[in-house]
Amino acid sequence: MYLDPGDRPSLTPQLAMRVAILGGIALLAFALVFFRLWYLQVLSGDTYRAEANDNRIRQIKVQAPRGEIVDRDGRVLVENRVALAVKVSPKLLPEGEAERRGLYRRLGRVLDMRPRGIERRVEKQLRELPYAMATVKQDVDQHVVAYLLEHRADFPGIEPERVFVRQYPQGQTGAHLFGYSREISQAELDSGRFPEAAMGDIVGKQGIEAEYDRFLRGRNGATRVQVDALGRVRGQQLAARQPEQGRQLRLAVDLDVQQAGQAALGGMAGGFVAMDVDNGEVVGLGSSPSFDPNFFSTPFTTAEYRALESEEAGNPLLNRAIQAGYPAGSTFKLVTAAAALEGGLITPDDVIYDGGSVRIGDIDFINAGKTVNGPVALRQALSVSSDVYFYLLGQKADSSGDGLLIQRWAHKLGIGRETGVDLPDEQVGRVPTPKWRNDWFKRGLTDRQWTVGDNVNFSIGQGDLLTNPLQMAIAYAAVANGGKVVKPHLGLRIEDSAGRPLQELSSAPARRVEIAPEHRQAILEGLHSAASDPGGTSTPVFETFPLEIAGKTGTAETPQGDQSWYVALAPYPNPRYVVAATIERGGFGAETAAPAVRQILTALFDVDDSGQIVSGTALD
Amino acid sequence: MQATSLGATVREFRDHSGPRFVRIDVLLLLAVLGLTACSLYTIGEATRDDVAGSPHHFLYRQIVFVTVGICLMLFISRVDYTRLREWKAQIYGVLIGGIVLVFALGSITRGSRRAIELGFFELQFSELGKILLILALAAVIVDRVRQIGGRQTTAMVMLLALIPALLVISQDLGTGMVYISIALVILFVAGTPWTHFAALGALAATAAAIVLIGAPSLGVDVLQPYQQDRLTAFLNPSDNPAKQGYQQIQSQVAIGAGGKTGRGDQATQTKLDFLPEHHTDFIFSVVGEEFGFMGAALVLSLFALLIWRTLRILTMSKDLFGTLIAAGVLAMLMHQIFINVGMTIGIMPITGITLPLMSYGGSSVIATFIALGLLQSVHAQARETAFAKGRDLVI
Repeated sequence: MYLDPGDRPSLTPQLAMRVAILGGIALLAFALVFFRLWYLQVLSGDTYRAEANDNRIRQIKVQAPRGEIVDRDGRVLVENRVALAVKVSPKLLPEGEAERRGLYRRLGRVLDMRPRGIERRVEKQLRELPYAMATVKQDVDQHVVAYLLEHRADFPGIEPERVFVRQYPQGQTGAHLFGYSREISQAELDSGRFPEAAMGDIVGKQGIEAEYDRFLRGRNGATRVQVDALGRVRGQQLAARQPEQGRQLRLAVDLDVQQAGQAALGGMAGGFVAMDVDNGEVVGLGSSPSFDPNFFSTPFTTAEYRALESEEAGNPLLNRAIQAGYPAGSTFKLVTAAAALEGGLITPDDVIYDGGSVRIGDIDFINAGKTVNGPVALRQALSVSSDVYFYLLGQKADSSGDGLLIQRWAHKLGIGRETGVDLPDEQVGRVPTPKWRNDWFKRGLTDRQWTVGDNVNFSIGQGDLLTNPLQMAIAYAAVANGGKVVKPHLGLRIEDSAGRPLQELSSAPARRVEIAPEHRQAILEGLHSAASDPGGTSTPVFETFPLEIAGKTGTAETPQGDQSWYVALAPYPNPRYVVAATIERGGFGAETAAPAVRQILTALFDVDDSGQIVSGTALD
Repeated sequence: MQATSLGATVREFRDHSGPRFVRIDVLLLLAVLGLTACSLYTIGEATRDDVAGSPHHFLYRQIVFVTVGICLMLFISRVDYTRLREWKAQIYGVLIGGIVLVFALGSITRGSRRAIELGFFELQFSELGKILLILALAAVIVDRVRQIGGRQTTAMVMLLALIPALLVISQDLGTGMVYISIALVILFVAGTPWTHFAALGALAATAAAIVLIGAPSLGVDVLQPYQQDRLTAFLNPSDNPAKQGYQQIQSQVAIGAGGKTGRGDQATQTKLDFLPEHHTDFIFSVVGEEFGFMGAALVLSLFALLIWRTLRILTMSKDLFGTLIAAGVLAMLMHQIFINVGMTIGIMPITGITLPLMSYGGSSVIATFIALGLLQSVHAQARETAFAKGRDLVI
């Protein structure tokens, strides 16, 4: 209402134009700013508000301890220890390269680490998870942490954190069962094997720790806090979820048996299994030489790890009870006997003359030590371990039907195939067949084709057979329990941390085989005789043992030397447990494996075994 | 002057019966006071936790600055600005001398020599320099008003502006650019031919090419590296979220998170320090976060009012000197408002520049109020003259 252009002072048209242009620019600029504000605040407000909240809210993971592992009587096999880790907070780390280097140098002196190594470790973790604390060293001594805290100014960004470290109080005992757990790797994260695990979580990598990881791994807790731009916590904790410890796992393992087995092997390379013949519960399973799994709870170098895999050290990481492959020697005669009986090649009472050797094809097959056993039927053949008796069965099997009778029965009884045990990476071994050898011959891997001699050798567990103590235990158990091929398992029960059962871990038998009761009886009697009658191959070892058992020695010839075997079923006549042991370069079965099995049986049945353990000298 | 209508009566009352200060532009004053109130409230909110144990540290200091500033503004508005024309040589001398003095004595703040430590506050002379430059350039052009179409005039004005501008740019890119804007707008309003601006544009493009591309490739960094980073970071803030882009992203997040009505006490971007410089360069982001679109729109509206009144005063001045002073102040205000707000919302590069009347800081506040005082003086003188000539004048 005051606009009255006529009253204006000299406003030239040029000035009016230029003022209008300036006004237009201002208008345009305001319009632009308003439009942009409308876009940011009204249209995208929710997105930015979420981003602002992301900025200020930090979720801090609280590591959940893994579940404990106990033996069947509740004795602790694997537990957790609270340790202090030194971590570094990326937000508080010095900006400058030189200052960081200086920090790593000082830290290296205190933690006894190489500064370069610290740098690599920290940078790698920060690359993967830019805002999370990076671990410099796990399990640091209390007084070192105290020193770091006292000299905070010299160590910007360095903070201690309580972590749980896996502890294996039994040391080398059972090391092959438990395996180990470590921080999840990028490859494992990508593989999807651990769907609920996140970067930085501890997961089972080997053994039981890996097999039952989903039960053992706890649920991490988390606290949500508000932080400022420097990452300092401001205000109260917003929310917290308590970490939940993983489930407790009760194993079928009996610590006493496990210790006895480990002691019985006495550092010699070998493996043992003790298993319930009816339900496949493994009460002991071990390998020697062993290692201390606590090693895996500490940082280690590649060289140290290589040593655990080296042949010179006896490859301690190898679980010889399930991952090795050996010929079974005469312990395999149980399989040949079952095949021959069920396949109708013989009856238990058919007598064969054992003259110490037999000529098959153009090769003389001889008894160990050229012993002449005279006329033998099945029971006695098992008792004295007559090779000739079984050579002839091998020859007969080769020439009847498709010639694969023994192979089929080996397969049925679980030799050369997966046992399904709840441990990772078992090796299946090998049952030699004509097809296999002829294939190898074609590919130039062997110098000859399959002959009847191969089957003859196979019938007494020599030659190309590769098996392991667990497979042999399953085969013996199947005969002992009347035909159930059990699926061995170590896990017994999932429990809460107080030991209350949550889930039973029994597993149904893998399959059944038909074994006539009189055949089973004959075989068991033969095995009993072998361990108790005069002339029995393991009688010297077991005649002073307080329990009646049935058992078979085996001596497999390998390029490295004689592989000593023994498989026992106890108590006789109604076996409950099968115990199998094998020792590399252990000499004859009765020499080392049988005494080892006796020690295991002592622990298993908790008998007072004061009798002197003698090594047998039977040449088988 | 016959009272023939109600409008005339009102005019009569305003023009003849009111106290002298009513000759100042009331709407401009209201816009200034409104912005000052917004500024004090926002600074009070934003800095409550900044100085431990002293929640009002920045607020109290700003109140002192504003009080001094308002007094200065009211005083200057009653002074006849035309007298300043005669002192143009001295004014320009003080401008150059002051900038050089800051160079010599300058304490190091944020790695640049920009301020003189005065105990109570740091005097950033380049802020006051803007006013001195406006006065000096306006006076020079008025003297050469007959040769306004000549190349010598344009060249001389640009030279007079570039000397202090380049000196300031060497320490503070953002403020130095304001000097150039001031010179350009004063020339524009004075009536410099379009061809001259085209030539200046071409020169500027060549210079920019040499500074940003040519010289670095020869190994000579004319701009300091951080200045170059700042100029280019806004093009792609997420490229380098740790450094330059960080401020830009945090500022956008703050403003966006404010939404329609703001987050008030929940303004975590500000309160938890994610927003850098939240009481100085990024105060507009605080407004955006704490008071939302409504708050930001209010502040922008007050700025629009400020610009409109400045443009009006420019057109009504009694003489060319007043017009050019108003043009210089307009340039200063528009440049700072749009560059500052633009950088907080991610459409302008980040250059350290204050938001007039909103940002915390003594030098900036006092320089702005002096400029506003000059505007009011131009307005008051225009009305005085109109009254003397017996003519009515629009408010």
